[in-house]
Amino acid sequence: MIGNVPFVVCMVLVLLGLWALLFRRNLFKVVIGIKIIENGVNLYLVATGYVHKGVVPIYTYAPPDAAMVLPTPQALTLTSIVIGLATTALMLAFVVVIHRHKRTLDGRKVTELSG
Amino acid sequence: MNLTAHAPILAIAVPLLGAFALPLWAKLHRSLRGGWLVLVAGATAALTALVAVQVYTVGVQVYTLGAAWPRDTLTPGGFPIRIVLTVDALSAFMGLITALVAMVGFAYAWRYLAEDEGKTLALTLGTLLWAGMLGMAFTGDLFNLFVFLEVTSIAACGLVGYRTWASRGPEAAFKTMVMYTVGGLFVLLAVALLYGEYGALNLAYLARQITGSLIDRIALALLLGGLLMKAGAVPLHMWAPDAYGEAPAQAVILLVANTQISLYALFRVLFTLYGGVADPGVGWLVVALGTLTLLVAALMAVVQLDLGRLVAFGAVSQIGYMLLGVGVGLTAVAARPAYGLVAIQGGIFHMLNDAVAIGLLFLAVGAVEKASGHRNLAHLGGLGHDLRWTTGFFLLGALALAGIPPLNGFASKLMIYQSSFLLSPILSALAILASILLLAVFVKAFQGAFLGPRLTAAEPVPVPMLVAMGVLALGVLALGLFPELVVRHLVAPAADALWTGRDLYLQAVLGR
Repeated sequence: MIGNVPFVVCMVLVLLGLWALLFRRNLFKVVIGIKIIENGVNLYLVATGYVHKGVVPIYTYAPPDAAMVLPTPQALTLTSIVIGLATTALMLAFVVVIHRHKRTLDGRKVTELSG
Repeated sequence: MNLTAHAPILAIAVPLLGAFALPLWAKLHRSLRGGWLVLVAGATAALTALVAVQVYTVGVQVYTLGAAWPRDTLTPGGFPIRIVLTVDALSAFMGLITALVAMVGFAYAWRYLAEDEGKTLALTLGTLLWAGMLGMAFTGDLFNLFVFLEVTSIAACGLVGYRTWASRGPEAAFKTMVMYTVGGLFVLLAVALLYGEYGALNLAYLARQITGSLIDRIALALLLGGLLMKAGAVPLHMWAPDAYGEAPAQAVILLVANTQISLYALFRVLFTLYGGVADPGVGWLVVALGTLTLLVAALMAVVQLDLGRLVAFGAVSQIGYMLLGVGVGLTAVAARPAYGLVAIQGGIFHMLNDAVAIGLLFLAVGAVEKASGHRNLAHLGGLGHDLRWTTGFFLLGALALAGIPPLNGFASKLMIYQSSFLLSPILSALAILASILLLAVFVKAFQGAFLGPRLTAAEPVPVPMLVAMGVLALGVLALGLFPELVVRHLVAPAADALWTGRDLYLQAVLGR
């Protein structure tokens, strides 16, 4: 039994990502921070669906008396990963465009808009 | 096929598929693209109106995807397992706002966007954003709320940053995207927490099960933070002035509607999902954030020199009024004094008024930029000589937003002042102070840009842009002159959906 350890690990990942988001100036590292938060949340979703000694939730493959893990969180996580792919691609595209204009990735130096 | 029963899902599916088909038509011929857009936008607006008529005359509409018939929400075990769309009066009201804003925006974009500057792209993303907003308004389960939230995020940031040849747009878009994505992940984490506790995603089912435990409170905090990030409330507003300042004008009014939809989602969470365990402390938190938003944004508007950013801070401060109105209602929802309902009505009515008035202002700023080539108040002057109509529209929008009596902003702000006065006189004093500040800001901007000797040469504004602004200007006048009619027939049912409609919402999905 590992108890609540997976949930704690997910929360640690989320906090690590937030730390990177707030205190890293390199725009790529900001994106990486967001990805770490996202992975923490996705792992959390999968972990909520785990049933102790559960098997893959495919009805025809499972032995007659086995407990299956919950399929819904897995479907949700899959959707969330696809959405994450789209947001990450868009953010990285913006980073590339910003670098092309400003020749730097330092979040403090690229700022034209403030106040 | 029974069109009325399937209208809620069609209102989302038509713009979603229509948006992706738009670039294909544009490849064939430009006029085909125009025709397709008119067709898609017209059909979506008609479907939204059909849903709204059904909701206002019959009651809450439920649509179950993949069921034998649309109202079959439950499995034999009495558990809502499928994806359910639930449209009550407030959802329908938000749908109508998005339809109005999108139609006006597309009419404006016809001549505003240059063909070689990604017009097809902007129209596609605009339609996609509309689909996402309708999805957020109509969805009946929390996970789809997240999915549509991300659809609006991606489309909105695309609209802010698609002009990659300029450096400011992508910078604003990156900032916005970071805020939107983190907000979306907060919402997803909250959904995961609630799923882990109750094993369900359906909003009505969760609302019935919720107990107000520590996990529920953490989820509420995450939902509040995530959705306020998306709505651009102070202190999470940093993205809003940048995005409003750098996006093309027809996209800005869609972004404004998008912040309102995020507020709608927040109200849905606060009143419907957590309505059974309502805590006045949360209401006071919303009131405090609303007051902070309207004051800070009005103060920030004072120091702006860029006309676009100035109006943008005005737009952020209006979010504060909506939060204040509905927050006052939330503090009172348990004891149900009469002023709580008036406050909610004021907050919801202000959404419509804000969409019309701030939309008019942003379109006027876009017209100024197109006609004269820049937006900085230091360079602008005497535009009133050449742009007569635009001058009038800007003045009308500015006065309406500052809450001057015969115009629409006054009608809803008065309801908010009156009801927040009964909760605490300080709140209404601060709200009035912010309005006076906004009036000063807009008078300064109007005087600087439009009055005085002719400093800037200006080309005439194309007629479709004037027509789009004229529609919103008529809205400003009509909503200001006949607020009673609108409040009674449109706003009151939407406010009742939050105030007493929770049980009807739950019954419509769960059947008991």
